[in-house]
Amino acid sequence: MDAQTIRQKIIDIIADIAVDEDLSNLDDNIKLRDQLDLDSMDFLDVVMELKKRYKIEVPTEDYPKLATLKSCIEYLGPKLP
Amino acid sequence: MASYDTIIIGAGMSGLAAGIRLAMFDQKVCILERHKVPGGLNSYYERLDRKLDVGLHAMTNFARRGERGRPLTKLLKQLRIPYEKLELSQQHFSRIVFPENQLSFSNDPQLLVVEIGKTFSHQKDNFAKLLDIVKDFDDVNLNNQYQSAKEKVREIIPDENLLEMIFCPLLIYGSAWENDMDFSQFVIMFKSIYLEGFSRPKNGVRAIINLLIEKYLQLGGELRLGAGIKKIDIENGVVRSVILDNGEIIQSNKVMSSIGLPETMNIVSEKQECPAAGAMSFTETILFFDKKPCDAGIQETIVFYNNNEKYDYKRPQTLCDFRSAVICFPNNFNYDDQNEGVIRVTYIANFEKWNELDRKTYLLRKKEVSKESLSLITKLFPEFKAKLLYCDVFTPRTIMRYTGHIKGAVYGSTQKVRDGRTAIKNLFICGTDQGFLGIVGAMLSGISMANLHCLMKETRHEV
Repeated sequence: MDAQTIRQKIIDIIADIAVDEDLSNLDDNIKLRDQLDLDSMDFLDVVMELKKRYKIEVPTEDYPKLATLKSCIEYLGPKLP
Repeated sequence: MASYDTIIIGAGMSGLAAGIRLAMFDQKVCILERHKVPGGLNSYYERLDRKLDVGLHAMTNFARRGERGRPLTKLLKQLRIPYEKLELSQQHFSRIVFPENQLSFSNDPQLLVVEIGKTFSHQKDNFAKLLDIVKDFDDVNLNNQYQSAKEKVREIIPDENLLEMIFCPLLIYGSAWENDMDFSQFVIMFKSIYLEGFSRPKNGVRAIINLLIEKYLQLGGELRLGAGIKKIDIENGVVRSVILDNGEIIQSNKVMSSIGLPETMNIVSEKQECPAAGAMSFTETILFFDKKPCDAGIQETIVFYNNNEKYDYKRPQTLCDFRSAVICFPNNFNYDDQNEGVIRVTYIANFEKWNELDRKTYLLRKKEVSKESLSLITKLFPEFKAKLLYCDVFTPRTIMRYTGHIKGAVYGSTQKVRDGRTAIKNLFICGTDQGFLGIVGAMLSGISMANLHCLMKETRHEV
């Protein structure tokens, strides 16, 4: 799966969680937490959506790898079919 | 036999919010509600085509769209409900009326700061100090221990008059304790009322309940109204099943109860230690008029009235304590969707006194409460000359009948279980007795307990 598709999949998940946020100008290199109103409860939702939609298990120690869009793409790339 | 991942007892704000979270992540979940109408403590009814709300006069924790880190925006995200759906309308302003002094506050915290600066100029700096402490305190930490709020705040604000005035709205809008509350509770209430403020969803509390139910059903959750639970069947400290009033048995891996801690412990099959029910209950008179209060120039949204030397937030020895009251003007939010003038008057009341009355005397006393409410309105707002069209009173007895809370204790037991755990392994508490109060608090309680006990463990992630 190409980086653009993975990026879109992550944004789709965030769009469902943060329904009131504008996601059109996200910077891939800046932490999502610094760009959006997402707290640890919301990151748990991202993890649970990854499991629900793509059967991807993200162990707690890998949470930091979901910090930016760029790191998400790098981390999830090999796991997505 | 029906079987679920989680059964939730009670379709109030907390139970519905917990249900949404679980259904969202594909749990097989069923909410069982004893009554035919959902909502629990914040419900509604109709009489002669008039819509009446019970429970909170307003939603606390107001936040603007997209405002970061606020409890309201947090819970909307967790429930995935867009902000606009609530159609919130802000309060004008509210007023605390004591014999000597008055203080106004609004959704702009600066108003209260200015008012205190004017009326209690010697306490101005102390109040600023209190604000700093409140803002820095981790109020929702599930491990906070009980600490007397009065003692702690008195160290900062030694002026008893101001102390009482600050506490008055916070106590009557959420304390299960008499004349005091837990400091964490105090901070939660202080932020939700003085820093965030009041608003009202268009069409009142039923709008929120309907929104929650719609979302829950959309996600595949099951809701059964008129399904009271007779017993929670426990074997060796583990819930096996719940037994309905009609004898039906339903199995479940986990049970989340929102009906109160003593109320839950009362129906488990293996004897458990049963904490005492709270003592605080109320009467409320809902009055409908042919004119709106604003026609007479009344702009207040809520008035916290006290005519006693000290504010006595305590179960009275009489049916009601008429020395203090809360007067709510539901028309006086920025947007008014009601055709008639409505005023709600709340008095602190004694459950036992109300409960022992025979039917005839009971109805007579209710009438007296409505008369008392009407004369208080006339005393405080002589300029309001309107014809009373209809009036209904609910009492501690009504509250017990419709919420199931022992002794009609609106804010539940004085014993809160902040982490929601009970002595029974797979039985959890959410809602009033978990300890986050108000409409927003109740929903956050359901969300955080569902996350902690039913979702996180499942994905094996530690907090």
